[in-house]
Amino acid sequence: MNMRLYVSRDAGAVAVGADEVALALEQAAAKRGVAVEIVRTGSRGLYWLEPLIEVATPQGRIAFGPVTEADVPSLLDALASNTPHLLRLGATDEIPWLKRQTRLTFARCGVIDPRSLDDYRAHGGYKGLERALSLGSDAILAEVTASGLRGRGGAGFPTGIKWKTVAQTKADRKFIVCNADEGDSGTFADRMIMEGDPFLVIEGMTTAGITVGATKGYIYIRSEYPHAVEAMNAAIMAARRGGYLGDKIGGSTYSFDLEVRVGAGAYVCGEETSLLESLEGRRGLVRAKPPLPAHHGLFGKPTVINNVLSFAAIPFILAEGAKAYADFGMGRSRGTMPIQLAGNIRHGGLFETAFGVTLGELVDDIGGGTFTGRPVRAVQVGGPLGAYFPRALFDTPFDYEAFTARDGLIGHGGIVVFDDSVDMRRQARFAMEFCAIESCGKCTPCRIGSTRGVETIEKIMRGERVSENLALVEDLCNTMKFGSLCALGGFTPYPVLSALKHFREDFVPAPTTLQAAE
Amino acid sequence: MTAAYEPWDETRGAEIIAEHARQEGATLVILHALQEAFGYVPEAAIPMVAQALNLSRAEVHGVFTFYHDFRHKPAGRHVLKLCRAEACQAAGGDALAARAEAKLGVSLGSTTADDRVTLEPIYCLGLCATAPSAMLDGRLIGRLDETRIDALVAEAQR
Repeated sequence: MNMRLYVSRDAGAVAVGADEVALALEQAAAKRGVAVEIVRTGSRGLYWLEPLIEVATPQGRIAFGPVTEADVPSLLDALASNTPHLLRLGATDEIPWLKRQTRLTFARCGVIDPRSLDDYRAHGGYKGLERALSLGSDAILAEVTASGLRGRGGAGFPTGIKWKTVAQTKADRKFIVCNADEGDSGTFADRMIMEGDPFLVIEGMTTAGITVGATKGYIYIRSEYPHAVEAMNAAIMAARRGGYLGDKIGGSTYSFDLEVRVGAGAYVCGEETSLLESLEGRRGLVRAKPPLPAHHGLFGKPTVINNVLSFAAIPFILAEGAKAYADFGMGRSRGTMPIQLAGNIRHGGLFETAFGVTLGELVDDIGGGTFTGRPVRAVQVGGPLGAYFPRALFDTPFDYEAFTARDGLIGHGGIVVFDDSVDMRRQARFAMEFCAIESCGKCTPCRIGSTRGVETIEKIMRGERVSENLALVEDLCNTMKFGSLCALGGFTPYPVLSALKHFREDFVPAPTTLQAAE
Repeated sequence: MTAAYEPWDETRGAEIIAEHARQEGATLVILHALQEAFGYVPEAAIPMVAQALNLSRAEVHGVFTFYHDFRHKPAGRHVLKLCRAEACQAAGGDALAARAEAKLGVSLGSTTADDRVTLEPIYCLGLCATAPSAMLDGRLIGRLDETRIDALVAEAQR
């Protein structure tokens, strides 16, 4: 009988040796005359356990990890004799870190073979599209709106309203664009889902296409993600062969096709209008809004542009109904958020859960604190443009409005943890430096402000006229915040001002206290 | 494994351009294809792209220079990219980058005098839960520490 093993092909797993382990398993099994079938899946998102190996048993999958090449012989011994192994984690679904999640979007990621359309369909894939085809445009729009889904790229704009605007705009051509330019440090959910469940993204985009009347879609993937590019291209080919892309999709009267375009290392192209410029073959200069992309988007045509995770949430909403999605969450943040725990963290990875979990639970309880074992001092939430929060704000619930109320943002859901060795002056300086490197140059506050910001923070670091220069940085941040054209210049003040506000002691030299003689 | 690039050849360049020129918004697609073939985008190719797409040379030059990925000359035999974004900073990436710079005797963004290694910063490989991370000629490496970075540098120098 064949033994079926699952090894991730996710870039994060490959970076820590998954390919080598898969090869070692194959060779060792062949040497022993054991027939094995190795299925390369996406990642379950428990990165501290990667490379994670799963074994199919009649009782479900059993996990082992983190496995190195050297562990392979003893692992095969244990499997053959059904004896305990040091790396055995038990049933995968029972691993507490996975069990306490609510995986709606990531339900299949790490489970199925991302190259197999059959596997996708066998696990509930394309049920959402089938229902969408029977509903028609108006009813789909009602479902998406009722689900409360908001743009997962960071801006949190209601997806239903965006789609409705495009649906109601008359034009000879319309486009669906997937923003897969996931440049924020600390985020990798887009990469994971594209590598681990690419048909989900295709299904979401196809649904958008039939809803608004678009027949062509583009997925703009950053060049730093070669594995995701490969996975999406393979899935698009398979979907075409299976009749899910091209003419008369799924036997309907609708046509829709997709193309992957690769970015070229410009962070600003994650901004939607800059991305559209780049897709049109130009410099990624931000466009002034209005006109909105929904009216005047790609090649001047009405365009739905959404983040990967927004499209990826759609199939569940259509398959299970808007209410099933909206029942999760808090306030105006409905459904689940795939949260990414990163940086100096013991249990880093992808944690999808309903909105409302607190920052402290995520970092201390779920994340397990730092891997260096030192105290957590600061966390940056929402990428390079997100605020640094101290422990004092760990009671903040993960919710768009709650973070805004505390001068922060959830952005794309990345949390980067720093221990007490962090120098917040350096982090503030880096925020300005990154903005200076990546500014598209179109507006002055961002282009010039970021460079002046670096210089002024460097003066503070050298101890030059500290209080005057601190006031200058705060003033400059206000100019950038209110005077920039897009979120790059407009949000760079978040990390800078939050560092100044919550970690003031790093910027101001400790006052020389005179010891009173006793 | 280092990628084998073709030497610049005008006929071959024209072929590559013609292959993609009919796509909508083809400029980036063509620049990527040229760099994939030749390892960089030769100066001589810019007016050819402009002509094929009915754009001015300035427009194509503008696109070419806007994006960090495109090279105006070949890189070293090996390209080592170190992630320098926040998640890798939090995990000790600063010290490892400094170590790689010292070992190679070049700063990030430059190539060693013997043209063996180009050392570059990259802003996020999306391996933030297995930080710090790097990419050597397209191969990803996570959970870097001093031993691993030394091995990578040695491999790149071979």
